[in-house]
Amino acid sequence: MAGFDLRQIDRRVIFTLIFVVVAWPLLRPMRLPMDVTPPVQRLYEAVEAVPPGSIVMLAGDYSPDTMPELQPMVISFVRHAFRRDLKIVTTSLWANSPPLIEDALAPLAAEFGKTYGVDFVNLGYMAGGTVTLLGMGASIPNTFPQDYYGTPVAGLPLMREVTNFDDIALVMNVSSGTPGTREWVQQVQGRYRVRLASGTTAVAAPPFYPYVQSGQLVGLLGGLKGAAEYEMLVDAPGDAVRGMDAQSIVHALIVFFILLGNVAYFAERRAQRARGGAAQREVTA
Amino acid sequence: MRREIPLAITFLAGMFMLVDFFVPHHRVSAAGEELKQWGTIVIAASILLGIGNLIRVHSKKIARRQSGWGFSLVCLSVMAVMLWFGMWPGAKLGPNPLVGSIAQGSYFNWMYLNMDVPLQGTMFSLLAFFIASAAYRAFRLRSPEASLLLISAIVVMLGRVPLGQLLTKGLPEKATLPWLTEAIMTYPNMAAFRGILMGAALGVMAMGLRIILGIERSYLGGEK
Repeated sequence: MAGFDLRQIDRRVIFTLIFVVVAWPLLRPMRLPMDVTPPVQRLYEAVEAVPPGSIVMLAGDYSPDTMPELQPMVISFVRHAFRRDLKIVTTSLWANSPPLIEDALAPLAAEFGKTYGVDFVNLGYMAGGTVTLLGMGASIPNTFPQDYYGTPVAGLPLMREVTNFDDIALVMNVSSGTPGTREWVQQVQGRYRVRLASGTTAVAAPPFYPYVQSGQLVGLLGGLKGAAEYEMLVDAPGDAVRGMDAQSIVHALIVFFILLGNVAYFAERRAQRARGGAAQREVTA
Repeated sequence: MRREIPLAITFLAGMFMLVDFFVPHHRVSAAGEELKQWGTIVIAASILLGIGNLIRVHSKKIARRQSGWGFSLVCLSVMAVMLWFGMWPGAKLGPNPLVGSIAQGSYFNWMYLNMDVPLQGTMFSLLAFFIASAAYRAFRLRSPEASLLLISAIVVMLGRVPLGQLLTKGLPEKATLPWLTEAIMTYPNMAAFRGILMGAALGVMAMGLRIILGIERSYLGGEK
């Protein structure tokens, strides 16, 4: 190709195309159809199976960088739990998480008329990772003596109903790294037989499939797709559903780039072989 | 003695936690709980050490005007600002007057949600651009293994989004991209990760025993 060399595409062209295909569907949604996958359906059914008035735990172990994927999961879970009249206790093994959880809890609590300390409590962050998880197995109030705002948990009506994991009907762990779902499975589910569900980034989800098959996770939300499916199940389409159009087109574009890169690669190899053959013929002559 | 005492503490604490796991007696459990709280305190104290180290490293860099010292200055300034607003004594929420306002609407919370969150989100979103560029330049059908990986990646990438569902809508169920994706995730992916998990678990157990028994001493620093 004399005029245009596929190998020499400027990366700025690729970056610009990515920007356009992300921005365009966000501005002009296409509403592509979407089915619900079994791990998400199972998670939804697990929450549905919890009797009203029970206490569920939302363990948020993530940071702002993964918010676009994980925050919709937190919002949908809180909405689902409040709608079913479940009480929520939130914890975090990551210092960054509590304000993000609070950001999801506060507007939904107002929407459903829930009272802090009675219907939900944000216990905030506690250092220690797996040690903290083991401590919670013995006593949650001892491990988190104060809530996110520094209020002693002994003064919160909801926390008088909580001693340890025996009082928690279901734990939903939303995590993007370590400590996260793996530690919850290994230290809490394995030891205290807690019903555990998980929501993770798409890139972190594949290692957790064995836990779903073994029943150690009652359900799994993998990445934005999982979040979007859950939003559809709780009948409250939000940021995740909106983001799926953009993700669809970006994935298609990346596949296109891969194919284009391989076309260039094979064209180059063929040209090299042709050059090598010509040189060989010259030497022989 | 500088090494023997930490080794003895590690051995005793490690053995006690093993006993705590297998012996359901209330006294053992109570002692185990106490030890776990010590663990939490030690880890929390290490955060203070981390902050101290961060200040030391960046202060040195600024004092010596080393390359990139401006970034160190920004790092320390931002940390000081966040600390100041997080511990603002005028807006107390808890019983402790030194606990500043971290509630919704506070300066600290506003800065966190409107500065830290978008900045971290921006950094992470750059991955999309680099992945696209890397996919174009590096993902090649060089060998049968690479071909298998590439085909699986394409199926999963398209099968995990609504577009994949749309593209194969009229086909029999087992030929649709979402079904193929679920099959890849449920069988080869799960088998591989199960093997990795088992291997890692055995490795963790072996390493734990080596540390408890004092065979592995690298955590003490220096000595092999």
